[in-house]
Amino acid sequence: MQTATLRPPAGEAPATVAPLAVALDDIAISFAIPGRPVFKAVAPTSLHVKEGEFVAIVGPTGCGKSTLLNATAGLLKPAGGRVTIFGEPLAGLNAKAGYLFQQDALMPWKTALDNVAIALEIGGVRRADALAQAQDWLRRVGLARFVDRYPHELSGGQRKRVGLAQVLVRGPKILLMDEPFGPLDAQTRQIMGTLLLNLWAQDRKAVLFVTHDLEEAIALSDRVVIMSAGPEARIIGDFPIDLARPRDTADIRLDPRFHELYREIWNQLKAEVVKTYGEDAP
Amino acid sequence: MKFHPGKLLFLQVLVAVVAIGAWQLGATVPIGGTYLLPEFFFSTPLDVAKRVVQLFVSGTIWKHLWITLTETVLAFVIGSAGGVAIGFWFARKPILAAVFDPYVKMVNALPRVVLAPIFMLWLGLGIWSKVALGVSLVFFIVFFNVYQGVKEVSPVVLANARMMGMSEHQLFRNVYWPSALSWMFSSLHTSVGFALVGAVVGEYLGSSAGLGYLIHQAEGVFDVTGVFAGMFILAAFVLVIDWGVTRVENRLLVWRPQSAGEQA
Repeated sequence: MQTATLRPPAGEAPATVAPLAVALDDIAISFAIPGRPVFKAVAPTSLHVKEGEFVAIVGPTGCGKSTLLNATAGLLKPAGGRVTIFGEPLAGLNAKAGYLFQQDALMPWKTALDNVAIALEIGGVRRADALAQAQDWLRRVGLARFVDRYPHELSGGQRKRVGLAQVLVRGPKILLMDEPFGPLDAQTRQIMGTLLLNLWAQDRKAVLFVTHDLEEAIALSDRVVIMSAGPEARIIGDFPIDLARPRDTADIRLDPRFHELYREIWNQLKAEVVKTYGEDAP
Repeated sequence: MKFHPGKLLFLQVLVAVVAIGAWQLGATVPIGGTYLLPEFFFSTPLDVAKRVVQLFVSGTIWKHLWITLTETVLAFVIGSAGGVAIGFWFARKPILAAVFDPYVKMVNALPRVVLAPIFMLWLGLGIWSKVALGVSLVFFIVFFNVYQGVKEVSPVVLANARMMGMSEHQLFRNVYWPSALSWMFSSLHTSVGFALVGAVVGEYLGSSAGLGYLIHQAEGVFDVTGVFAGMFILAAFVLVIDWGVTRVENRLLVWRPQSAGEQA
């Protein structure tokens, strides 16, 4: 690198570089249950997500992936370390982030349209405008015909679409997703994955996508981060995914490069993952 | 099991015909020299029907129905409003709930009928003593349901609403309030029923009008026909109110899955 001499002094470097969307530095998370030793869910661990980057966190169930996400969202206060969002330390809830939960999080007493519109209305958007934008977002997630349905009248996949519209309508800079397609069947998951990528391609938010499915992680993301099983879970692998975009999450699985990546990641992690999964096995 | 609707209706009517027929026979046809259902104690279906018709034709019943309905509605409205307000307050202030817990349990354990004389002393023989009795019944049902409803708001829905950026006030309007209301409505049949029980029992124990008064008066002069007539009118009255409640419930709880609606 010929620019080496122009590099600013080490201490100032972070200030001049475009701030990361999410910077988790030495984050440790523990839960104190009265009468029991403190449970250390996540050991001090660091994770950086650049602007516009789609990062998937993969790990066995119960390894603390979701707690890492909750710390980024500000729903959970880490026991140690720093959470920095676009260069600013996080205080309270992360207003720049939208969160798509694993479980149903829609308000059952509101229609699909109202569930999406309320996300704008609470921010002071006039009801008519909020409804128009909500209508538009529901169309973009393919639910134009279902705006007046209540959540219980929608299928699991359709509820996820409403949830996605509800999160995206606010235009968050960061998208946090906690196994969002976990409860869905395999076909619906792939359809939802493709939908997500298409929507993401329009404005490239920073995404932190938690899943236990390595294939899904590779198909969707720019980077796959692997976590070990808890307690004291930590990041044990970080792999760039160089598959071309735009991708179709179903077709991409037939790509030879997809298999190479899968094998590469799997080979490197087999020992660790088998060990951690093995503890859960009967 | 699914029955043909016509067949079901036929069987339902058959039960009534057999029961009323047996009653009429027992009261009017002696078997082995004795009446199984002596008319003095059991009246006859025909006399009861005549009395019911007479009450409606003469118009005397309307005043009593109106009084009972007024008491029921007032007891329901006041009891529900109090239950919602206190239930909400307690659910949001756990320390308050913890302090008052033994007292709430104690008052709720008390059979409410014993409060009737006290209410009568305090509020007189007019409608308000009956309303108070109804309120004492309705309040606790609504209170416990709303308390539970606010406590058991899904943590995921709550976290989602918070991430959306809802303030405490907005959470109240959009999450806690609808959730509590849905629990309140799930007990709507019970609480309306108890409002009516409060009204009728209150009237029975001392009043100058209402269905409970009517039945009590008839009983006082050994007018069994009058007692039965009052009972039938009361039962029909309850069915009409219940039908109305179901209509209201279906309107307000459209967002709920059908199975949950049926359980209520």
